[in-house]
Amino acid sequence: MSSRVSRALRVAVVALLLFAPITGLVLSGYQLSIHWQRPLWLAAAVLVGYFTLSWLMQHLGWLDRFAASRSAVQPTATIGLSGPRPVWIGAAILFALLLPFVLGKYAVSVAILALIYLLLGLGLNIVVGLAGLLDLGFVAFYAVGAYTYALGYHYFHLSFWLALPLGALLAALFGMILGFPVLRLHGDYLAIVTLGFGEIIRLVLNNWVSVTGGPNGVSVPFPTLLGLEFNRKAKQGGVPIHEFFAVEYSSDHRSLFLYFLLLIVVALLILMVIRLKRMPIGRAWEALRENEVACRSLGIHHVTVKLSAFGLGAMVGGVGGVFFAALQGFVNPTSFTFFESAYILAIVVLGGMGSTTGVIGAALLLTVLPELLRDFSDYRVLSVGIAMVLMMVWRPRGLRQRRRPFFVIPAQDLPKAPVAVSQGVAEQ
Amino acid sequence: MMPLLTVHGLSMRFGGVTALHQVDFTVQPGSITALIGPNGAGKTTVFNCVTGFYRASSGTIHLQDEYQQAEGIDLLALLGEPLQWSDLWQPHRLSQRLYYKMFGGPHLVNRVGVARTFQNIRLFNELTVMENLLVAQHNQVDSGLLSGLLSSRRFRAYEQAAVARASAWLRFFDLLPEANRLAGELPYGYQRRLEMARALCTQPRLLCLDEPAAGLNPNETKALSQLILTLRERFAITILLIEHDMGMVMDISDHLVVLEHGEVIARGKPEQIQQDPRVLAAYLGTQTAEKGGL
Amino acid sequence: MDIYIVGQQLVNGLVLGSTYGLIAVGYTMVYGIIGMINFAHGEIYMISAYLTAIFLALASYFGLQSVPVVLLLVLFATVFLTALYGWSVEQIAYRPLRHSNRLAPLISAIGISLILQNYIRISQGARNQGVPPVLDGVWRIPSSAIDQHFIQITYLQSLIVVTALASMALLTWIIHRTALGRACRATQQDRIMANLLGVDTDRIISVVFVMGAAMAAVAGMLVTLNYGSFDFYIGFLMGIKAFTAAVLGGIGSLPGAMLGGVVLGLAESFFAGFVNSDYKDVFAFSLLILFLIFRPSGFLGVPEVEKV
Repeated sequence: MSSRVSRALRVAVVALLLFAPITGLVLSGYQLSIHWQRPLWLAAAVLVGYFTLSWLMQHLGWLDRFAASRSAVQPTATIGLSGPRPVWIGAAILFALLLPFVLGKYAVSVAILALIYLLLGLGLNIVVGLAGLLDLGFVAFYAVGAYTYALGYHYFHLSFWLALPLGALLAALFGMILGFPVLRLHGDYLAIVTLGFGEIIRLVLNNWVSVTGGPNGVSVPFPTLLGLEFNRKAKQGGVPIHEFFAVEYSSDHRSLFLYFLLLIVVALLILMVIRLKRMPIGRAWEALRENEVACRSLGIHHVTVKLSAFGLGAMVGGVGGVFFAALQGFVNPTSFTFFESAYILAIVVLGGMGSTTGVIGAALLLTVLPELLRDFSDYRVLSVGIAMVLMMVWRPRGLRQRRRPFFVIPAQDLPKAPVAVSQGVAEQ
Repeated sequence: MMPLLTVHGLSMRFGGVTALHQVDFTVQPGSITALIGPNGAGKTTVFNCVTGFYRASSGTIHLQDEYQQAEGIDLLALLGEPLQWSDLWQPHRLSQRLYYKMFGGPHLVNRVGVARTFQNIRLFNELTVMENLLVAQHNQVDSGLLSGLLSSRRFRAYEQAAVARASAWLRFFDLLPEANRLAGELPYGYQRRLEMARALCTQPRLLCLDEPAAGLNPNETKALSQLILTLRERFAITILLIEHDMGMVMDISDHLVVLEHGEVIARGKPEQIQQDPRVLAAYLGTQTAEKGGL
Repeated sequence: MDIYIVGQQLVNGLVLGSTYGLIAVGYTMVYGIIGMINFAHGEIYMISAYLTAIFLALASYFGLQSVPVVLLLVLFATVFLTALYGWSVEQIAYRPLRHSNRLAPLISAIGISLILQNYIRISQGARNQGVPPVLDGVWRIPSSAIDQHFIQITYLQSLIVVTALASMALLTWIIHRTALGRACRATQQDRIMANLLGVDTDRIISVVFVMGAAMAAVAGMLVTLNYGSFDFYIGFLMGIKAFTAAVLGGIGSLPGAMLGGVVLGLAESFFAGFVNSDYKDVFAFSLLILFLIFRPSGFLGVPEVEKV
């Protein structure tokens, strides 16, 4: 008991030392304004928090579950094909379809942003979660997609529908060119190289003013639907959609169109990721994440297999970028800082790295929650950081149990079926 | 008969340390050949060179190709060799070298028919047993992106065949009931067998086993010996193994290669090796004392 | 080319390089001992800049006048508290992950990096901060020069180079001549074996984090005094630059970190001076990528042999 008290006191003293100058002495000009009560409160909170946690751990075994799941080498698998039950999937689809009509305009704008982040999260999840490659420059591919549309329109009048595949291809191409030499390196180097690459892309976009407009950015038109425009008056040589259907003009049409389009793209992507996990290439990604040397001994070329994951992830990032540009109507380099990459990574990490449902949940949580908690927006990134650390310390493999594909073993007609060894031994 | 594997003048240096010096040996098709020697003699280094994980400093390693052509396949070339000036006027060689430099590596060695297991087991722990075996058949299934996404008939047929082949090997190794468990949660002995099954799923002609009996009890070791003999007899798979259990080695192998300090000090049949004074002095001398004679 | 301009870039590069080198030490030592890229190291540097400003303001609040006394006190306080931050980060975010998979510590480090940046932003505000000029004065070579024909070295610049060299010498002495340093080297060579031989490797790992943070604190204080202004985001760029220096020199090598820092500093300032100053960061990052691809062991590092 007393040792716990003294330990908690020592932790509190350290906390006080750490907090005192930074939170207690606030710089204003060359002077200081002193808030002596702030570090004391913080240290007291640490004291109480530490004490309670360690008491709970000892007496209730409350955290043992977490500790056990960390120390166990593998989580136990809940084997089975079933993801979430069909009822839930149906409910989710119904909700997504009805959302614009029930919750209104503001909800749609939030949902569009959430879907873009979901798209990016799913893309990065292929790279980080499935293939185990830490990509810290994911935003670079996002930027490539966005600028493909923006500059493509600016210089060649490229339409949204052409920019979408082109942006995806270009992003994938960038990913491949970067990935090919780097993916044969020691794992952590990839993180740094992608980080550097992301910064290079951003700095070039920022400094190459004559082509990209630099910090002033480029404006982007809104997509058209089969030649129909979403403007009050036709600007891109088409017919405004409200005139075509003879309805009143409403700016809601734009967001509805984008929302449903994104919904379709995201749904397709989710289906694709689910398929991928049961395909040879998806299995090879996960195998590479588990043990690269073993993979190579089984005839799998680690570089090309990693490259496929990296390229596919980049491609999804590119698609996300094109949508982002269409949504904003304007792109400039400030949208593509390292922070964006970290935020997308947080979505993947909080989703439990590799779990598709987890990523969906985390993406919605991290975009919707900040909208609901506007008053605490200062603490948004701080809490994301804390959540990332806690997740790694307590639950590195995700909050939910893993599911793996279940295989039905063919009962008869095994090719060149040998007898079981035990029988062979018994015969002697 | 032409040897399946010919290792000639193999040397390996790490920085200033010479791990292997002028190692020569051959592996006859259909044989069980054992590499033995005291700890640190360089056995695993030989394995790593043969399976392409280390690039030998000098020497040659050839694998007989399926059509029994004269020189066989140069395994070292598959790893990618340094470019040479003479390549400049031999564009074909240059393009070949460039290709292997970019895409070469141990996986190509596996694809020409050499599979291996590892001393410290390397399974895909968070994948199921069946998935482990399916990964090993990556090059035998339809790994195209589109046919998989659309689940084409061809794709499904290949997947089914792969599951069937994996099941056959699982049954052979008595692992069929564990097919849908995670590889990482299997008991140790099962993991050893799973690793062998996984290597066999790549359909090798030469199977390299790195201390397959390490950590097994005498009964398990006996079952393993039986299994290796069955493999050779029923599936005509040639086996090269490293093993410390002298009883097992003497029982099952046809040919022994003894390494000490990175050099071959003896090779021959088990009976010859047991008589060889150099081997007795260097290695078996201590072993006989421990094991109470061979 | 004007010899004085070349000389001036040489001076600027050396000054810049020695700060890179000091921060690179933290990366290289941590990488050497636990094989992990301590992504939050740049933020530790950023914190030391804030601490420097806070302690300078505190000194003037208490009316301390003597410049050397103030600088020494600020140095000690900053180094001590920054080291405490480094130590705490290791305890909270890395130690529990010692046996988990490869990605976990890196992701945890990114989390810590976000936490530290926003902790500072929330408590000190997002605006640019500054310190009053301390230790004004320059040397000019030649001293009789007129017009643009001279090389200018400020007192602070020379202080940076001298302090950097002194700290490196001290660190090298600790690593090579003391029992603590011997334990560090043993742990770096083989952690399990060192542990078996009675070295408390967990403590050594803490010590390495503390030493890395202390060196970053020295750099943070010197750079802050030199440039006068900073914000909560400076750690990011400085972090990548210093990591680049560590890679250039050969990650894991202590003299390599200093060499890499100086090389990067010189390369960057010559590139900025003679090619294009807008693209100097792009140039540095490209160097990083090219080195990682073509010479991952840097100038002084030992190539890794893959263990099979």
